[in-house]
This record gives sequence, C-alpha cells and structure tokens, in this order.
Amino acid sequence: MPAKGTVEFDIERCKGCNLCVTSCPTDCLALNTSDTNSYGLHYAYLKEEDDCIACMNCAVICPDAAITVYRKQDPSKERRNHG
Amino acid sequence: MKKGHKLIYQKPKTMTDKRMHYCPGCFHSTIHKLLMEVVEEMDIQEKTVGVCPVGCSVFAYDYMDVDMQEAAHGRAAAVATGIKRMLPNRYVFSYQGDGDLAAIGTAETLHACNRGENFTFIFINNGIYGMTGGQMAPTTLEGQKTSTSPYGRDPAKIGLPLKMAEIVSQFERVAYVERVSCDTAAHARKAKKALRNAFEYQGKKLGTTFIEVASNCPSGWKMTPDESLKWLEEKVFPYYPLKVFKKPEKKEV
Amino acid sequence: MGELRLMKGNEALGEAAIRAGLQGYFGYPITPQSEVIEYLAQQEPKHDYVLIQAESELAAVNMMYGAGGAGARVLTTTSSPGFSLMQEGISYIACAEIPCLFCNVVRGGPGLGTIQPSQSDYFQSTKGGGHGDYHTIVLAPNSVQEMVDFVYLGFELADKYRIPVTMLSDGAIGQMMEKVELPDPVEYKPKKPWATTGKTKDRERNILTSLYIQSEDMEKKNQKLQKKYKKIKQNEVRFEEYHTEDAEIIIVSFGLTSRVSRKSVDIGREKGMKVGLFRPQTLWPFPWEKLGEYTEKDKVKFFISIEMNAGQMLEDVRLAVCGKKPVHFYGRMGGIVPNPDEIYEHIKKVKE
Repeated sequence: MPAKGTVEFDIERCKGCNLCVTSCPTDCLALNTSDTNSYGLHYAYLKEEDDCIACMNCAVICPDAAITVYRKQDPSKERRNHG
Repeated sequence: MKKGHKLIYQKPKTMTDKRMHYCPGCFHSTIHKLLMEVVEEMDIQEKTVGVCPVGCSVFAYDYMDVDMQEAAHGRAAAVATGIKRMLPNRYVFSYQGDGDLAAIGTAETLHACNRGENFTFIFINNGIYGMTGGQMAPTTLEGQKTSTSPYGRDPAKIGLPLKMAEIVSQFERVAYVERVSCDTAAHARKAKKALRNAFEYQGKKLGTTFIEVASNCPSGWKMTPDESLKWLEEKVFPYYPLKVFKKPEKKEV
Repeated sequence: MGELRLMKGNEALGEAAIRAGLQGYFGYPITPQSEVIEYLAQQEPKHDYVLIQAESELAAVNMMYGAGGAGARVLTTTSSPGFSLMQEGISYIACAEIPCLFCNVVRGGPGLGTIQPSQSDYFQSTKGGGHGDYHTIVLAPNSVQEMVDFVYLGFELADKYRIPVTMLSDGAIGQMMEKVELPDPVEYKPKKPWATTGKTKDRERNILTSLYIQSEDMEKKNQKLQKKYKKIKQNEVRFEEYHTEDAEIIIVSFGLTSRVSRKSVDIGREKGMKVGLFRPQTLWPFPWEKLGEYTEKDKVKFFISIEMNAGQMLEDVRLAVCGKKPVHFYGRMGGIVPNPDEIYEHIKKVKE
C-alpha cells in the first residue's frame, strides 16, 4: 500500500515510551532496539514506510511532542480539506 | 517543509524547546502539549497566565511558553483567584496534581469552586505522589500499593479515594466539569477538546471550569508505559469514569 | 551494647521512635524526609502505633495536638516549607503545654527552595516561628547516632517539661548512612493526669487550651511558661568541646557543619593553628553561659560562627560573647555544604 503520509521523530525528545507504537493502527512504528539517543533511550522510528496513513494518532498520543506528521500531496487526486 | 508533503501536525510553538523531564509515557507531558496546542489555536498566548503546583509538574513553567506563577503546595486555586480577579480578561489556569488539589489544597479548591472563580482547573489525577517518591494520594485506589500503603490502601484506616470531579460539580457556580484521559489517541483528542471547551467557557465568563485527567504514573506504579494504560482501563476508569459531569446550558454558550 | 545496624538517618529516626514507645505519627511527604513515614508504614503491622498520612502539615500538627493532648507519645517529621505550616500549631501546643516531638529535616530556602541541606531554620526554631512568647527545646544532632539518641532524649524532655521539642536535622544527615547502636525498646506507660482521656469521678475535668481572654490570666499563664523555660535553661543545656582548652580561635558550629568544622580544626592544628570547636547540641537553650566563659580567657583571640545560612546562630554567639571579643562568620547558603579546606582558608584570612 503506498504511504498516505510520513512521520519524523525528534530522537532526543523521544523517551522510547512506546505509546506511539501501540497507538498506530497500521503497526508501522517500532522502537529502534539497536540504537539509543544521547539519554540512552531506544527512540521510535517509522519502520514500515509504506504503511503510514497520516492518521496522526502517534503524534497526538506522544507525550513529548516528538513527532511531526506530513500528508502526501497527490496533485492528480481531488484534495479534501481536513483542517 | 517537506517536498510533496503537507505538514499536518507538529509540536506547538507555544511550547518551549526544552526537553521535558517527565518519565517516559507520563501524561503530564501529554497534557502540557495538548494545553499549549489549545493556547496556540485560540491565539491567546499573550493573554494566558498559568499557576503551577508542587509535585512532578513543579517545573511546568520551563515547558509552557506563557506567564506562570509558582504556588506553594496546595495553594494554586488561591493564587489563580488572585490573578483572575486582578486580570479578568486573561485566560487563567491552575495545573495541579492529586496531592496539591485534593489533599493539602482541598480548602482552596472547594472554596474557589464555591465562589465560582472564572479560571480553569487542570487536575492531573494519577493516584500517587510521584515527585516525592511514590507515596499514597487521596486518589490512590482501594488496595493499591504505594510506599505509604505498602500493604494496599485500607479504607478502614484512610478512607476511600476522593472523586473530585464528582464533588466540585455540585457547586452552583461551577460551569463545566469533565473527566478525560490520554490513554488512547481518541481519548487524547477528547481531552484536548475538553481543554478547549474550558477555555472557551472561561472566555464567556460562565464560571469555574474543571478538567480532571485520569492520568498515569509508570514510575510510581512500577509499570511500563504500556502497562500503565492497561491499569487505567482495568482499574482506574471503573472507579473514575470518563464523562462530562456538568456543562453550561446551550443558551449560555 | 545495643543492636548495631547500618542505617539511613531518616530510617534510624523512625526506628528510634518505635523503640522509644511511639504511639502516634502524623505526617506528610516532603523531600528530603519522606523515608521516615515510608519506614513507619512498612513497620506498622508489627507494632501498635497509629500512623496517618495527613492531608497536609497543617492537619498533621493539629493531629499531634489532639493525640498528644490525649496523652500519647507523638512524633511528626517534615522539612522547612512544611515546618512553616506547623508554626501556628506549635504555638498552640506550647501554650497548652502538650508534649510533642517535631523533627525538621531542613532544606535550603526561603520559599519552595531546594532539597539540599541547610541550617536556615535556626531563627524559626529558636526564636519562635509561631506567634507569642514561647519556646521549644531545640536539639541539633550531627550524626545518625545522635539522631537516634536525641529521639529518646526529645521524647523524655517533652514529657518531663510538657513542652514541644524540635529536632533540627538536615537533608544530608537524613540521607546519610552510618553505623548506629540502637537502644533497647522502652515500655512506655506514663502517668499523664492532665491528659483529656475522659473525666473520671475522682477528678475535675481536664481542659487543654491556649485561650485566656482576661489579660491577668494570660499574664499568669505566660509567667508559668517563663518559669518553666528558666528551669530548662538551668538544667538542659548540652554542648560538646573539641580542642578548645588551649584554643586561640573558637569555631562555633552545629549539626552537619560541625562535622566539617571539626575536620577544619584538624587541618588547622596540623598547620600549627590553635583552633578549637564549640558545638552546641541544644540550640535552645543555647549554651550562652558556657560559651561566654571563653571570653574570660586572654588567649582566645576571636570566635567564628560557621553555618549553612546567612548568619543566624551568629546572633546567639554575639549574645554570649557580649562584645568582649570579635565575632566573625562564615556561611554558605542555598543548600551548599562548605568543605573543611574552605573553612580553614577563611579562618586563616581572618586571623591575618
């Protein structure tokens, strides 16, 4: 499924709490178990890039405001204003 | 900016850039963020004054980019009263934990509500005293173990947990009371809407607005953040239901 | 030899209270002393005492008043901001003459301050933080062992004189771990005919109050209190002297700072400086007389008060010295603990 959007993580703000991973409806997020930020925490990242639907659940639930969400703009399709 | 993409969600500009000190998964951070989103969306940063408590959120002023006053433990309602009476056209909120609002601050809380002071209470209820190391709170559940209820809260000794949203909604001059949570994205969105409502009603001078957040404390509860969400759902919500207890008449809004 | 244990100050305080026959503890969490109530909560099932985590320090001190007035051996512990809340209650307790033991684990202030140790509640404790002409006996331990010993002493003095007793600990002593010898448990069965336990046919009713509307009555009550305080001043002064017999410089220091100062004395003596340490163990009654005796010694050049505050015990030192010799001061504030070298260097500078 081609992605409808994408997310970016502020790795240093992320505390690896895992709430975004749990709240994602398409299971496209995960904690990076092989790397840590400078606080020694396993930060979250977009594991399955194609599965992001830009629902913003992760960003809403993220306690640390560490997530930025983008929706892909498809000029060929009619755009709905989500506001 | 991102080529071919539209930005649809980011950290509000009304938050400072300082990384928050709260434990991973703590709803203090979430509510700070949602509250500051409301301030940004209503464009009231210049008109907002907050009062922060003694407890884990004692440094709230490091993260919220609005004017704030530090209150002594429990006294935030009195401090907020002073501010709002002097500056009736500002959006004033008090931000308190369960010790601050429901233990030492009970008198100040109840009397501000009885007077119908036109500010917004944001009450973070996580059933424990996090900052001081995990002692029992007035809202600790029956049987719940904390460092001062090591064998479980015993109602025969210390009473049952206090239901503050239920109590304050009985005051005539309290306009809006809702209990919310942030354990799911849907609940978090509702929590933000409740905060928005509270500020709107405050703007219309309808009386006291009171938002209780059924919150977590992974560190104090000795759980992971994910486990703390389960505790909320299974143990907390049955006793502390998420609902609107009181809201203004349609004609007032 | 009593039981030996390695204990944290706050926990040793709790254990000592239990062994001394604690019957009621009423407190509220505040850093750096929450371990006391946590320890007592852990131990509760094994003993008979009442433990309540009150809704605030204001409530806690009034629970002390009630329970102490009912004849119980009661303790509360808190830290500076909480101790401020208790001042009203202490004034009432002092006037109603109810035995109570308070422990203030002092932290840096004023206001919400910091959680680091300080000695900035000296004025509050010795000159009366509450209203009216009253005193509490103020004990200043400087080790975990003394914390334990002064709990026993504090309870005894409280009962002996029907007076609130304050123990001034601090964030460091409360948190440090040291070897302690724990005294044997006491079987506490006091006779308190004045307590409100229910008027029996053989006596008049007991009233515990601090209300004396008629001035003549209020004055009489105050005179009674003053007589008591005079007796305490005569009999209960406690202090410790270290290398003061031939000293030219007398350091006056209490609590944690006295330990640091003691090390400074060692450093000074090694370098040929004739310095000694006078350590008050009771801050009220302060050892004015004994300290004043040093002014009669020609070889004493000056006194220096070393404290973790802006200069509080300094005033009592000045009172004792009464202008006969110079009195200097060195202090750190905000929760900073001075180190022995810095104290020694400062004294050296003053000497020159």
